[in-house]
Amino acid sequence: MKRTVPLIIAATTGFVLIVAYFIPYTETWGETAMAWFNIIAAVAFVLGGFNLMKNQLQKISDRRPGWGYAAVTLISFVITLFVGLAKVGVTPSETYPEYPWAGAYDQEGAAFWWVYEYLFLPLSATMFAMLAFYIASAAFRAFRAKNVEAVILLITAFIVLLGRTYAGVWLTSWVDPLAAQFESPFMSQLITGLRLDRLTGTIMNVFNLAGMRAITIGIALGVASTSLKVLLGVDRSYLGSGDD
Amino acid sequence: MSIVTRPYSNPSYVRWLAVCCWLVLAVASPVRADDPPAAPGSVTAVDHPNDVGNAIDLTWEPSPDDRPDIKPPRVIQYEIRRQEVGGDGEWLPVGEQTYGTTTFSDKQVERGHEYLYQVVAVSPEGAVSEAAVTTEPATPTMQYFREDRAWFGLIVLFVCGAVVLFISLAKRGRRLYVRPIPGLEAVDEAVGRATEMGRECLFVPGIQDINDIQTVAGLTVLGRVATHIAEYDADLDVPTARSLVMTAARETVEASYLSAGRPDSFREDDIYYLTDEQFGYVAGVTGKMVRDKPAACFYMGAFYAESLLLAETGNAIGAIQVAGTAMPSQLPFFVAACDYTLIGEEFFAASAYLSGEPFQLGTLRGQDVGKLLGGALLLVGCTVLTIAVFQPEGTAASVADFIKNHILGGAGFLP
Repeated sequence: MKRTVPLIIAATTGFVLIVAYFIPYTETWGETAMAWFNIIAAVAFVLGGFNLMKNQLQKISDRRPGWGYAAVTLISFVITLFVGLAKVGVTPSETYPEYPWAGAYDQEGAAFWWVYEYLFLPLSATMFAMLAFYIASAAFRAFRAKNVEAVILLITAFIVLLGRTYAGVWLTSWVDPLAAQFESPFMSQLITGLRLDRLTGTIMNVFNLAGMRAITIGIALGVASTSLKVLLGVDRSYLGSGDD
Repeated sequence: MSIVTRPYSNPSYVRWLAVCCWLVLAVASPVRADDPPAAPGSVTAVDHPNDVGNAIDLTWEPSPDDRPDIKPPRVIQYEIRRQEVGGDGEWLPVGEQTYGTTTFSDKQVERGHEYLYQVVAVSPEGAVSEAAVTTEPATPTMQYFREDRAWFGLIVLFVCGAVVLFISLAKRGRRLYVRPIPGLEAVDEAVGRATEMGRECLFVPGIQDINDIQTVAGLTVLGRVATHIAEYDADLDVPTARSLVMTAARETVEASYLSAGRPDSFREDDIYYLTDEQFGYVAGVTGKMVRDKPAACFYMGAFYAESLLLAETGNAIGAIQVAGTAMPSQLPFFVAACDYTLIGEEFFAASAYLSGEPFQLGTLRGQDVGKLLGGALLLVGCTVLTIAVFQPEGTAASVADFIKNHILGGAGFLP
């Protein structure tokens, strides 16, 4: 029962969404199914909030390694929740001045807005900015010429990186005058294509695109197959055990 | 010395000349500010295709005054009005379109009713042209099937049919060969290593919700990984970015511990919620990685910019890492930073591969049939397009056009 009911719900919703894609009359059914999901996800937010508080409190209480971070998380969570719910610093709405709580919680100048603008956004931006350093360190490892494949990767990456800068165009500016010396259009075109920016275009639009499309076709088939497994109940591992 | 000769220097003569010029200019002037622009050309109204019968599409020829070379513009917009046949005869305004536009879709009509339309051009001063009226009433009707998606439907039916066929064949006992996938072979090795080192295994199921098929595939892999972890009696850590994923992951892991015969080892708190925010989640997970130093890290699901942040941190702490995702943009990052990466379809094949159940393996053979169809279409497409280069008016060009616009596009089922 514990697995059968969710399976029926998942299968029904899945088939409704498929049918809604092909039959105009059922288009609204698909939208209704998605609305139900959004309602459930919104309710689950509360569940997540309680779980977060419970975990952090446990860490603090057990004095586990890094419990100080748990304290920071908990304090930040409670403060943000309070200033958002209590609408601290929110001025009354101009439309409904008689109701002091009618202003938007994220109004400019309010405490919640301040937390978002001056704490949350800079912290998120900091995390995102770290990506640049990680890309450099990952590229350093990936481009080490350990074997033939790695050498090919290194050369290709070098061409693409250089071809995307002005240096690439400048370094191979001799290509066009050289190509003009050939009478054969084939040879002329072949040599023209050797300029680094054009070579980069060829690598990205021919070799890279072909590979990406092959991966995308595989992914599409994988999605179809996995969805079918879920809808037909062939794979039920995500539903847990059947014991009540 | 004056350069004006005598006859023109007479003040009364000049005055008369000026008045005459003004009158000539006024009469000869092509338009006046309050003149209405010329009416638009013929208007046609047809039922909007592939809908439930709640829209009518209008097309009209632009007003001769609606030209980009006329400065200042004589037409600023078109006003569309509607009259229901058999109604009160009133023309109701239903929409406006800016100059240069010659189409409109009226989505406020009722199925089965008949409607007439008129379109007028409006000048910047508000002067309205004569109306261009439809000659035949249009009736919105419901289509029972989206013809523009018919080919897609056929391909889906073919692939799904193949999957179902091979599932049933596998159920009848037919043996199916699946090539070894190194990334999945490494799961055992990674869990064993974590057990030997006395450290935990970290499993990240992506940052999308349970309605994303990649998350479902990730949870399926989690189920298999958790079984190994339960068998080895290692520790598991599953931080989630969505509450619903946390709930589903708990159910999955509990079932795995149960199937491994160690239900008492299952701890609900090992699977917990951090935050929905992408970088907040990354900060939480990477912080834990640096503090606890897990020996094995699994990243299975939908990832965005956080993929490299997680994988590089895992690399820095010396963990053995296995990743799987169907996000093409994140695959290079995982390939660069992880020991093993399940690329696209390998990730979706993981659950079938790890389970070893024949009917699950049947789905992989079904996928192969889909690949065969895709390959055949690619070959035919490349061939006809190559021939079409040499014979632009021949049959090959028509076939290429049909594949491009009908089979792969949305131009309908038949030419």
